[in-house]
Amino acid sequence: MSEVVRKATRDGYGEGLIELCKIRPDLVVLDADLAAATKTGMFAKAHPESFFNCGIQEGNMMGVAAGLASTGRLVFASSFAMFAAGRAFEIIRNSIAYPSLNVKIGATHAGISVGEDGASHQCNEDIALMRVIPNMTIINPADSVEAKAAVLAMSEHDGPAYLRFGRLPVPVFNGDDYEFRLGKGIQLKDGEDVTIIATGLMVAEAIEAHAELAEQGISARIVNIHTIKPIDRETIIKAAKETGRIVTVEEHSVIGGLGDAVGGVLCEEHPVPLKKIGVEDVFGYSGPAVDLLKEFGLCSANIVKVVREFVGK
Amino acid sequence: MDSLKKNELQITACKVRIGIIEGTYNAKSGHPGGSLGLADTLTYLYMSHLNVNPDEPDNAERDRVVLSKGHNAPALYAALAQRRFFPEEELQTLRKIGSRLQGHPVMGKTPGVDFSTGSLGQGISAACGMALAGKLSDSVYKVYTILGDGEIQEGQVWEAAMFASHYKLDNLVALVDNNGLQIDGNISDVMSPYPIDEKFKAFGWNVICIDGHDFEQIEKAFKSPVVADKPTVIIQKSVKGKGVSFMENQASWHGAAPNREQYDIAMAELQAQLSMLQEQGGEQK
Repeated sequence: MSEVVRKATRDGYGEGLIELCKIRPDLVVLDADLAAATKTGMFAKAHPESFFNCGIQEGNMMGVAAGLASTGRLVFASSFAMFAAGRAFEIIRNSIAYPSLNVKIGATHAGISVGEDGASHQCNEDIALMRVIPNMTIINPADSVEAKAAVLAMSEHDGPAYLRFGRLPVPVFNGDDYEFRLGKGIQLKDGEDVTIIATGLMVAEAIEAHAELAEQGISARIVNIHTIKPIDRETIIKAAKETGRIVTVEEHSVIGGLGDAVGGVLCEEHPVPLKKIGVEDVFGYSGPAVDLLKEFGLCSANIVKVVREFVGK
Repeated sequence: MDSLKKNELQITACKVRIGIIEGTYNAKSGHPGGSLGLADTLTYLYMSHLNVNPDEPDNAERDRVVLSKGHNAPALYAALAQRRFFPEEELQTLRKIGSRLQGHPVMGKTPGVDFSTGSLGQGISAACGMALAGKLSDSVYKVYTILGDGEIQEGQVWEAAMFASHYKLDNLVALVDNNGLQIDGNISDVMSPYPIDEKFKAFGWNVICIDGHDFEQIEKAFKSPVVADKPTVIIQKSVKGKGVSFMENQASWHGAAPNREQYDIAMAELQAQLSMLQEQGGEQK
């Protein structure tokens, strides 16, 4: 087996912005004093004339982004997920989403995998916050290839979107031929006993779990849901009908995220038993990202454990 | 400003005030106090100053107005109606189901409304974005944003003030409507924003102070030359409820609509003012 290449989705974000500017020269990128970390710094270096640092003022940045977009420009506004979705929530809601302006929020350092910075920076609530805002599209890429493709796909998307990226280098499993299709889940592995629906960096863990489960005689379908809103109802219903059990896996609170989005579809369309793996209703703490993911059950070993109990094998 | 023009502006401002009372009375809700206080400046902007065209409300090169104190929508709508962005009769639909005239301004819904506002402190940020876009595209349009003196208690206003100055947005003009009152009382009792002029100066703005009910001062302020690389703020002293005797300087009229009796008194007062102004205009002609 070839060596696994690891890369953070935030790197795909930075690379995507530079590519995007070639097809959308009207692109403007804003950041709030985190350009080096969010990787908008890569764009700033390539296109200094189209990059504006707003300093440490996330609320104003979202409003400025809205004003820029109101003149017809494509705008990306970046910060850590905590300060974008969290601190600037109401400005995103009223100044960006309500007038449905073409602002893309590039939120990095999402989830527990921020690591050592601790709970103040570990945002496990952003998907829930963004999901309830009308007009908002939410994308949570699984690897750097998908992240870059999602950013490029924004050239064809009109309206507000929240793109969620991570700090931690994670396995790159998508190839150069990868094609991003907004709102479409991707079945990565077929299976009959259960479907594991994962998002973000948990997709690679789910793929690993698939192999371990296969060894133990459990056939698990793996679906990558990169677009959390609008969610791919068709793929979820099909999986429910064909495998009878669903497990969702996300690096986010079990409240209001992917699990609840999938649960909502199931309850309405085709009820089957559902297990949600995510951050339980607790704050995180400091530690190396990989260790924290294990502590919080966000790893292939825990997926295998939950699925085995669920399937009863 | 010649007396004829002044008289015409006064007449239109009076009609804007009538529109504010009509709208809030019919809606049985809304914010007449601050709206009445803004009537003169908005009349000047829409009737004499702005580069806008009701036939092309989305023209890319138009001047923009962001009513950051979005609760004064009744005044904005009445001024837009006077400028013929939509029929005056539509003011009666304010806040009603199916109306284009929402309780707070919504861009894309109402012709002439350039940005959606209502949550205080946000409009000025959007205005900064519009002004920055103008600089990026070498456009000559100007961006005007109107803030309340209570509104500037919001921290975001000062984030935006810092931003506008840092990026040298001299195509941005903020108007601070200093009527001294907010919902809970006097601004100096609730949370004093004073000294407003010194604060903006410290943030690197060009500061102009005027009487917001004196058209000559209003015109002079808006026509004053751009100070290169500096955004401008016009701080206007105004009277909340201006033009309706029992509403003047009363915080209680911030967000309350007149009942039938109050409506009749207000309309009688405004109609009397209008007749007097029209008579004066006739004499001048």
